[in-house]
Amino acid sequence: MHQLEQLQRSFAVAKKDVWIYYAKGPVMVFGLIFPLFLLIAFTIGRSMTVKDLFPGLMGMAIFFTSTAVGPAILPWEARSKTLERLVSSPVEVWALLMGDVFASFVFGLLISLIPLAVAVLMGVEVVHLLALGTGMVLATFCFASLSILLSVYPPTDVPATVMMLSSLVRFPLVFISGVFIPVEEMPGWGRTIASASPLTYFIDLARYSTTGISYYSLPTDLAVLVIFTLLFLVVSIKLHERFLPQRLS
Amino acid sequence: MEAIEVDNLTKRYGNFTSVDGISFTIEEGEIFGFLGPNGSGKSTTIRMLTGIIKPDGGTAVIMGHDIKKDPIRAKQIMGVVPEMSNAYVELSAWNNLMFMGELYGVPKKKSAERAKRLLEQFGLYDRRDSAARGFSKGMKQRLILCMALINQPSVLVLDEPTSGLDVESSRLIKDVIRELNRAGTTVFLTTHNMEDASQLCERIAIINRGAIATIDRPEILKQASSSLQSIELSFNRIVNEEDLSKFSCVKQVKKLGDKFRLYVDDVNVTLDCITDYARSHDLKIVALNTLAPSLEDIFVSLTHKSKPGVD
Repeated sequence: MHQLEQLQRSFAVAKKDVWIYYAKGPVMVFGLIFPLFLLIAFTIGRSMTVKDLFPGLMGMAIFFTSTAVGPAILPWEARSKTLERLVSSPVEVWALLMGDVFASFVFGLLISLIPLAVAVLMGVEVVHLLALGTGMVLATFCFASLSILLSVYPPTDVPATVMMLSSLVRFPLVFISGVFIPVEEMPGWGRTIASASPLTYFIDLARYSTTGISYYSLPTDLAVLVIFTLLFLVVSIKLHERFLPQRLS
Repeated sequence: MEAIEVDNLTKRYGNFTSVDGISFTIEEGEIFGFLGPNGSGKSTTIRMLTGIIKPDGGTAVIMGHDIKKDPIRAKQIMGVVPEMSNAYVELSAWNNLMFMGELYGVPKKKSAERAKRLLEQFGLYDRRDSAARGFSKGMKQRLILCMALINQPSVLVLDEPTSGLDVESSRLIKDVIRELNRAGTTVFLTTHNMEDASQLCERIAIINRGAIATIDRPEILKQASSSLQSIELSFNRIVNEEDLSKFSCVKQVKKLGDKFRLYVDDVNVTLDCITDYARSHDLKIVALNTLAPSLEDIFVSLTHKSKPGVD
């Protein structure tokens, strides 16, 4: 009962986050345009069909939108002097953080439906819709969980510092995750590195949803996304509990 | 029943002890002032009481709930205005209150009723749909106090609630604090304004360098500090300040415009000296007042020798 109450309060935090941080024109435009530009930059001059582009496009759309704002929320709240009030309210740290995760999840999922719709309109046939839908939900939640992990350290109140550091993690992750080269075409060391990225498993799953071909099995893709999600959540909650007082001082 | 019980509360930052084993209790329905210079440990104490930071030692119990062992229940019955606090400036006054209602698990209908009543009480109802970004400092502080009251707290913790406010907002907030207290709310407040503390608080504690220097009722503290008694006087002509400092029982003389304030050990003896001096120098006494020490005098005498630390 107590945990349920806390969960309800985390939905209130999520609603507040959406109002304040996500429901803004520039954030929406960034979420839509940025992955598209990145994809065009890396595919121009190469003979690839929309179907070939689809897994990478979906992967980047979900990854960048669900990690776009999350890392900046806590530093921003500390800077605007609202964090101390939040922490003094009867909401546990995990519930506050889950609120941020829910907001990133909703934003990431809704924005990602747009490239999906565009791809379908351009003739991409999703043959395994349930697998894609489940994968999108899991991956978005996984990356939203990663977004709060990215804001743990340093416990600063300068959003730009956190965003710069989070970019240092997010961009390399895109390059090792099979966005531009499918995992099966990578050398052995490349595959090993790719296996450490949660994005790899969603892109593999997205490829399976349109072609029926994947490097890992479908249950593996789904299970690894769940494991990464739990890992990101547990580690970030523990670390935030430890570093939150420093962010407030 | 005690509303707040603090026992041996301690907070350290590395080698520096910010709060050094302080203990005090606050009765239910009391307005308790917590005073101290910058860096004395005031805000650290408030942050421990409100569960924002964890103490390194000791306990703080709010209406029977230990803030360390049962923080959610303790926070649930508290209303807090932290010193470093702001409303969400992107949200309207109304949405700020509704959001706080959700954080405290107040049903939506009750939240709406309370939000309406509070915004009316604090003179913000007409601006309920305006984003807090456009509010003046006084309006924001009134909104922050409304947010702290949405859960109808039994204990209200206010860190510098009137700091830097215009007279109207400051007076309104003090009136509401008194009104809430009459209705049974226990109030714990910090302030730098000695006049506010003297007018509002039934008891005050003065903290200095992380330790409690004194706790008592303001008037008792004033009476107990007989060494801080003073006489304010003015003559019809300019007189030599040194002459006055030679009076027996006078410890210090301060020139204040056309007046002098003499800090004395014994008022009666000094009055005799003053009349003798006036007679012998053919002076007329224009004004003469005996003054009890102000809370500010007591505060300064207890804290002026200390160096500020980290708060």
